[in-house]
Amino acid sequence: MGSALKLVAQRVALGLLLLLLVSGLIFIGTQLLPGDVAQSILGQSATPEALANMRRDLGLNEPALTRYLSWLFNALQGDLGTALTNGQDIADSISGRMKNTLFLAFWAAIIAVPLAIFLGLLAVRYRDRWPDKMISAVTLASISIPEFLIGYVIMYVVGVKLRWFPSVAMINDGMSLGEKLSSIAMPVMVLTLVVLAHMMRMTRAAILNVMQSAYIETAELKGLNRFQVIFRHAFPNSVAPIVNVVMLNLAYLVVGVVVIEVVFTYPGMGQYLVDHVAKRDVPVVQACGLLFAAVYIGLNMVADIVSILSNPRLRHPK
Amino acid sequence: MSDAMLEMRDLRIGATAYPPGEPPQDIEIVHGISFTLQKGKVLGLIGESGAGKSTIGLAALGYGRGGVKITGGEVWINGRDILKGGLRGLRKLRGAEVTYVAQSAAAAFNPAKKLMEQVIEAAVHHNRCSKSEAEARAVELFAKLGLPDPETFGNRYPHQVSGGQLQRAMTALALCPQPDLVVFDEPTTALDVTTQIEVLAAIKEAIRDTGVAALYITHDLAVVAQVSDDIMVLRDGDKVEYGPTDQIINAPQEDYTRALVSVRSINHEEKSPTPDPVLRVSGISARYKGTSFDVLHDISVDLHPGQTLAVVGESGSGKSTLARVITGLLPPSKGEIEFSGRTLSPALEGRPREDLRELQMIYQMADVAMNPRQTVGTIIGRPLEFYFNMRGAEKRQRIKELLEEIEMGDGFLDRYPAELSGGQKQRVCIARALAAKPKMIICDEVTSALDPLVADGILKLLLNLQKIEGVAYLFITHDLATVRAIADSIAVMHRGKVVRYGPKSQVLSPPFDDYTDLLLSSVPEMKLGWLEEVIAHRKMESAGN
Repeated sequence: MGSALKLVAQRVALGLLLLLLVSGLIFIGTQLLPGDVAQSILGQSATPEALANMRRDLGLNEPALTRYLSWLFNALQGDLGTALTNGQDIADSISGRMKNTLFLAFWAAIIAVPLAIFLGLLAVRYRDRWPDKMISAVTLASISIPEFLIGYVIMYVVGVKLRWFPSVAMINDGMSLGEKLSSIAMPVMVLTLVVLAHMMRMTRAAILNVMQSAYIETAELKGLNRFQVIFRHAFPNSVAPIVNVVMLNLAYLVVGVVVIEVVFTYPGMGQYLVDHVAKRDVPVVQACGLLFAAVYIGLNMVADIVSILSNPRLRHPK
Repeated sequence: MSDAMLEMRDLRIGATAYPPGEPPQDIEIVHGISFTLQKGKVLGLIGESGAGKSTIGLAALGYGRGGVKITGGEVWINGRDILKGGLRGLRKLRGAEVTYVAQSAAAAFNPAKKLMEQVIEAAVHHNRCSKSEAEARAVELFAKLGLPDPETFGNRYPHQVSGGQLQRAMTALALCPQPDLVVFDEPTTALDVTTQIEVLAAIKEAIRDTGVAALYITHDLAVVAQVSDDIMVLRDGDKVEYGPTDQIINAPQEDYTRALVSVRSINHEEKSPTPDPVLRVSGISARYKGTSFDVLHDISVDLHPGQTLAVVGESGSGKSTLARVITGLLPPSKGEIEFSGRTLSPALEGRPREDLRELQMIYQMADVAMNPRQTVGTIIGRPLEFYFNMRGAEKRQRIKELLEEIEMGDGFLDRYPAELSGGQKQRVCIARALAAKPKMIICDEVTSALDPLVADGILKLLLNLQKIEGVAYLFITHDLATVRAIADSIAVMHRGKVVRYGPKSQVLSPPFDDYTDLLLSSVPEMKLGWLEEVIAHRKMESAGN
């Protein structure tokens, strides 16, 4: 167990280091943006005195490194600062938004991941026959069509024509779980269609790769049927590449759903970010950037840790 | 007839061939094989690669590897034709009535599952017994097959046990469902000789105790002679000869069988050492990068011009590492190497081109040692350009001469490696090494991947070339028969040390040290009852100690 634990610890340390570097990049990036925060708050007609006062109040006269460290230190304590545009506490606004985004991502993942893996297994089982070809064709088509188009098509068919679910995915704390689920049903459908193809194709490829191994022949010669061979003997050996792609897609579900949120006017992180980018609200952009980076790095770290732990050679050294 | 366990009637097996540049063709690879195997008997299927022996063995499970298909004939097991039952019927048969032991147990076990789970899987799947009964039986088999800690052996993963142990575990896997027939497909070929003899004895005992019938597939006649009642000799999918083991070994009727029986009987007169060795290895120790222990300890050997030094040992003995040190790929931590009277730079980067030219190498896997996208002419021509700056007609002429020397015509000039047989590929590698006009060639297991008759041809060619060109060979091998055939002097390696070194006649004559004795006595002999003799002898000795 020793070597696996060591690798996991190394991977976690690396993830934290990466996050620190990214925080630096985000800070530098926002500093490089043209324009002056004080100017953008006070407008073109501000007097030089008012601008100087504003800069002093915002701490903009401090050296960049000092500002970075204080920003980072506050962020670590959960204080992400206040939004310039409306003066609200960013952490407060984000936590509600983040909850919504995670809620949507969670339900999309609950449906998409098992479905993708099952379809991948099915494609291997019927390799090069019509079920395989159909699964490939449908998932590839759905990934090729722009997601907003799928969104509108589904909204038209399911929401407008069939009237199964509401077209606008508004949720709030007052709703019951059932109401919430009904409300996000359509965005979940779209997201599922969008992330299915990657995961399904990787499952198929990873398992087919393993199917060439001698131990698959051993399993077949034990008289197991094809699905038992695939599920019991091939799948456990292809977990690592599959988990990697699954985690990339989960990360996408959290940080990349801006378009879907806008299409369905869903109150998530994406929309929040877009709003504040348009208004040049630097503290909000920084906070969102940091959170998204943390999600991305965290999920990829989980993928790597699962890969390490799924390798019996590392789990059970000689 | 009532005791017939397995009967094959006019079995025909086909495959699809993909000749380069032509449309795929259906070809027949087994042409009407018939035999009957009685309960509890062992039939040896023997032949070179491509003879169809594994294909026939797998046909007993109704299985075809890759695109291979049974195209005709009948396979009767326990009184029914298994080819008539469809895939569903075959799945009931596989892993229950008939089981299979693969050549490479290391690849045939699932790396992600514990051994016990895999050993009992078929028995439980076919409801031949409950899980706990199967586990008890597996433990019993582990003990019978001489595995360490049989009670807990099954809790380990495949990578946690040795190759010989895995091969025995594979045998346990095959015997656990209490089948009527086991197909052993080259079960000891990938093992060292000292391990092979143990596994062979364990398999033989297990077959005898369980009364199971077996098909034993191998290319090594000496091995099959130890375990089988009857032998069928196959060649290119045809039956050559079929009879009781005694008759096949002692009175073979067909020329091909006689050739197989007398294989490896090349006689090579040993030459005496000269005062000036071409290679002098003095006090070499070496370790891998980033490790703190030596894998080679204080090695000193000489190689004389125009002679062959055989370095013999089992896997892990350090013989290939020694070759890496001599070629400069792994600089030694201690000691030095003298080559044609000058001291070689320890690392490859420090060696002038002349050193590289005079010291060539031939590898075990000829096909991966050649660029698959270059023609034979380009492959052999490269050293001519690199070392001698030959171009055009001069180069072409020299390539033709070299092809002549390796007994291949210039018709091969524009062929690609994929179009050559295993033996031809190795010959091209030899020609490439010779093209540099070296003083010495390191041959690393160059015949290990080849069939015995082909290997014999390569050894004869090497000896012949040595006579003509006066080149010295450092010949690395695990095979003692090859050593006898080619060596002038021998270094026996064990755990990174040379345990015995000297002229061939001296090294191979008693008194022996313990390891050389074990090694020599483990080499299967073409003689009935050899295995029992050796085992009995070893038991007596260990009882005497």
